Amino acid sequence: MIRLEHMSKSYGDYPAVIDVSAHIQQGEVVGFLGPNGAGKTTTMRVLTGFTPPTEGTAAIAGYDVVSHSLDARRHIGYLPESVPLYLDMTVMDYLRYMGQLRGMNRKWIDERLPVIIDTVRLGEYQNALVGKLSKGYRQRVGIAQAIIHEPDVLILDEPTIGIDPIQVVETRSLISELGGDHTLILSSHILPEIGAICRRVLVIHEGRIVADDDPENLSDRLQHAERIEVSLRGTESSEAITAIRKLEHVVDVRRDSRPMQDRMAEQGVVALVIDAKPDEGATEDVARTIVDSGWGLVNLHPLPMTLEEIFLQLTTEEGA
Amino acid sequence: MRNIQTIAWKEIKTYFASPMAYVVAASFLAITGFFFVASVSDPFAEASIRGYIAGAIFFMVFLSPALTMRLLAEEQKLGTLELLMTSPIREWEIVIGKFIAAFVMLALMVAGTFYFVVVLAWYGDPDIGPILTGYLGVLLYGGATLAIGLMASALSSNQLVSLVVGAGLLTGLTVSNFVADRLTGAAQEIISNFQLGSSFSVFDTSSFGVVEGGHFADFARGIISVTDIAYYVSITAVFLFITVVLLESRRWR
Repeated sequence: MIRLEHMSKSYGDYPAVIDVSAHIQQGEVVGFLGPNGAGKTTTMRVLTGFTPPTEGTAAIAGYDVVSHSLDARRHIGYLPESVPLYLDMTVMDYLRYMGQLRGMNRKWIDERLPVIIDTVRLGEYQNALVGKLSKGYRQRVGIAQAIIHEPDVLILDEPTIGIDPIQVVETRSLISELGGDHTLILSSHILPEIGAICRRVLVIHEGRIVADDDPENLSDRLQHAERIEVSLRGTESSEAITAIRKLEHVVDVRRDSRPMQDRMAEQGVVALVIDAKPDEGATEDVARTIVDSGWGLVNLHPLPMTLEEIFLQLTTEEGA
Repeated sequence: MRNIQTIAWKEIKTYFASPMAYVVAASFLAITGFFFVASVSDPFAEASIRGYIAGAIFFMVFLSPALTMRLLAEEQKLGTLELLMTSPIREWEIVIGKFIAAFVMLALMVAGTFYFVVVLAWYGDPDIGPILTGYLGVLLYGGATLAIGLMASALSSNQLVSLVVGAGLLTGLTVSNFVADRLTGAAQEIISNFQLGSSFSVFDTSSFGVVEGGHFADFARGIISVTDIAYYVSITAVFLFITVVLLESRRWR
């Protein structure tokens, strides 16, 4: 459905995407993972025909995005990161207009509108001006315009950026539902988000694909240390560190140095960050040690690896 | 064709929903009304619309870019241009659709001045020929000013910049006779032939006519000249083409 062959894109002398190749089959749900400026948006802009590649080719449903641009664009629904909307139109007028631009006839639009409004749950706001809607609802309007013409390929650029956490959850579940009907590409700089929605992850870093795998394999490949954050009461930090460091699978223990911990410290709570070997039950050992020592366990939870660490690991892995 | 219609219709609806079109239309009707009244209120005044035309083509230098400044600048500012350019439509369809919308607004404004003719016919015995060619000239000239304004709108995401650039270009093309007068030979010939309108006689209160020279004079006089029609149509086409090229060039940036 989507083919990228040695695609490169430069802005002037600046290479935004370098020699990217990928084949995406019909019905696949693929995540582009990478930090800001990695080349995710540029890759999407090439796929949507907004900007032509400097080298190599890209094709949607067999149509080259440069030589058969209009045919390729007919198969795409696209939501840019900035969620561009006409603020002075009502939701219905806007969706109707976007449908017409995608070549839908009146009958088809009339059939689709109620379905779309229902899918993105915009019912009570369908006659509101887009400019009056909150960011989360605008996001839904943006998704609605991308799917109104039932495209084969749906491309969503950072669909959950800048909206509040409750709406993030709703938007994610909405996107997951869409995955069933469309070949879907979404970009994100949040690994758990990609992991929750996508069956395949392309990790993009400095314009190159550094990993192409399913989320589970990616996690395994990362061989990440298990990281636990604990807060305890009734002991000195040095004493706790010494005790926990003796445990078999613990690699490193240090005080949590984030500023918000200072107030905790005033209340006699010691916060520690523990790195341990993965899948060896280190968390249980730590909890047992704390309880057996008679300290109060205030908080214990695993910390996810930060994206920076993932990229560091992937890029050094490639370099080795 | 359907895409052009879709875009034009959307823009016309947006015009009617936004204050700018009303402000422009009100200014246009007030200014042209003033010039019309001033030109016919003298004793023994000529029963013609030349005073209205002189005011209309002079102030379109500012009013046309005000009408077009939003059309492409706002698409760039909101980012909606990215959606238009990833929809299965061509750049020229976007440009033509928007031009048609602006032209419809202009034509409605011009139609709003038609009561001048009724007033003339009621109190006098106007020569209908120059009136019809005058209206034809205003529409052709107006189309050219809108095309230039639309091009200015493609240059920037800032509407104010579009307005200033558009009005600046139009002013330059209007006063080019001052430059041509100081030149000789081919340069004079070329520059004087590019003069868009020649309405500076609005400052000459004794005539309220359209000065000689330039491409508008014959329309005001009741003469339909193929050269003048070709000139305005060409200017319109050339600037619409530049606008399309400017939009296409955004893909490469």
